[in-house]
Amino acid sequence: MKILLITEQREGKWNKTSFETLSAAQQAVQQTGGTLTGVVIGKGVAGLADELAAYQLDEVLLVEHDLLNQYTPDGFTLALRQVVESAKPELVLMPHTYQVRDFAPKLSASLGKGMIGDCIGYRYENGKLIFVRQMFQGRTAADVVFEGDAPWIATFQAGAFRGDQAARRQGDKAPVKAVSVELKADQIRTKPLELFREAKQAVDLTQAPLLVAIGRGIKAPENIQLAEKLAKALGAELAASRPICDEGWLPMERQIGSSGQTVAPKLYLAIGISGAIQHVVGMKGARTIVAINKDQNAPIFEVADYGIVGDLFEIVPALTEELEKSNAG
Amino acid sequence: MKIGVCVKQVPAKDAPLAIAETGAWIQESDIGFETNEPDGFALEEALRLKEKHGGEVVAISMGPDRVKQTIKEALAKGADRGIHIVDDQFFKLDPLGSARSIAAAIQNEKFDLVLTGLQSDDQGFGQTGVSLAELLGLPHATIIMQIEVTEGHMKLKRELEAGWFQWVELPLPAILSIQSGINKPRYATLKGIMAAKKKEIAIVQRASLGVPDVLTQRVQKIYVPQKTKKTEFLTGTPKEVAAKLVEKLKHDARVL
Repeated sequence: MKILLITEQREGKWNKTSFETLSAAQQAVQQTGGTLTGVVIGKGVAGLADELAAYQLDEVLLVEHDLLNQYTPDGFTLALRQVVESAKPELVLMPHTYQVRDFAPKLSASLGKGMIGDCIGYRYENGKLIFVRQMFQGRTAADVVFEGDAPWIATFQAGAFRGDQAARRQGDKAPVKAVSVELKADQIRTKPLELFREAKQAVDLTQAPLLVAIGRGIKAPENIQLAEKLAKALGAELAASRPICDEGWLPMERQIGSSGQTVAPKLYLAIGISGAIQHVVGMKGARTIVAINKDQNAPIFEVADYGIVGDLFEIVPALTEELEKSNAG
Repeated sequence: MKIGVCVKQVPAKDAPLAIAETGAWIQESDIGFETNEPDGFALEEALRLKEKHGGEVVAISMGPDRVKQTIKEALAKGADRGIHIVDDQFFKLDPLGSARSIAAAIQNEKFDLVLTGLQSDDQGFGQTGVSLAELLGLPHATIIMQIEVTEGHMKLKRELEAGWFQWVELPLPAILSIQSGINKPRYATLKGIMAAKKKEIAIVQRASLGVPDVLTQRVQKIYVPQKTKKTEFLTGTPKEVAAKLVEKLKHDARVL
């Protein structure tokens, strides 16, 4: 199968999930036979194309244009459509980043072809690729296949493959080919302005060895002190799933998940967190995961080492007391 | 401003899910449905824009008859009218098919702005809004945290990854997907619920829209995901499970 891998960079720095998808693409090419072409798109990114060419792939396309200096959905869709139409891949793979979410469906609609997004894996069976993605907030998985003619677009969720397993080439680098695309300024309707960060992060949760994280199950802001007491008894930092930060009950920098921090602590204690994929993607790398939830079918238990099904308002105080006793002893 | 809002109806968050006999969808019979939570933020944002700039809010939904309830809820909260694209087999559509259907149903409305939620809590494709923009030939922006409308233009705050944000400018008309948490959605008032009864819901049969029934992708089967970890469940009274967990964390997991 001829596969086109579209990588992502911003201001000359890789989005590292590009290499996770590279790893997936290398594996798929090996299984299906065929070729792998990498794409680096932007302005002044020849250095990145050269870096990519050191990996196991057949060629790298360098797509540069003044109007691709800053990302816009119009610019990237128009340019990548030209690249796809001239390279004629069967499968286009991308990491499922915020940027890809912003333009890939547009590219798919513009080509009139299917896109299977946010995949957590794939299988190759009887000459056909079957993509696996989650539905119902991770409560079910789904096998999804493409219908109709190629090209098809698929994107992989962060963490679905390991970027450090992307194979490097033996010997020479792969050839880098500059591809020119036609773009006019008046085709680009979005005017990107400044990039900024909201606040300097006061806590760096990525460095905390122990985390107590709360979710919707905590019900009200006045109940957060229960989790704070537990965190104190454990010597842990307090974290949260998105709804808690959306409500303003805890500051945004304490948010774990696809729109917050990705963490891999020694212990992650999830309290009243159902385990939607957007949350799990940010914490599944923790060494030991404990989940306390009233719903025994909550997807958080899929990733938990220890599970407690029950009322957090009874269990958390009991656990705090037990830890205080143990600390004192 | 004439604003369209796409609202989807999805299985209720706490609904027990059972796989249908076909294996490719869930059993819809004994479960409750509710408005897709991310779409609630889009509706609220539309209502606030209308309050500030005047105009009209139209709630658009697709699916079987039960979907009317979701439109009625939007009307009760303050939307002015609804469009129901009727399709009993809606769940079989792929994201491109959904976008094509909505595009065909609303193209004559000439909305200044169409808002969608970030993604649906059932299929979670997250593609409809962006595809819709391409099909209607309109500019778009996603994961919006703030909207400032000036004459014919918008200044938008987009959320990027890892705590980064970006301001972008976009001309109207346009399509936006709204980040969850951007606002606090209102509840319907009794007055609103009464007023909604008199509001119009236009019925459009999806089959009459002339959208070809050609799938670009198909869900073969859905299933309960295989566990990657073996979870040890601790049982007993709260005091007992607390003691068991501390033991485990100390001696087995050795994290304390």
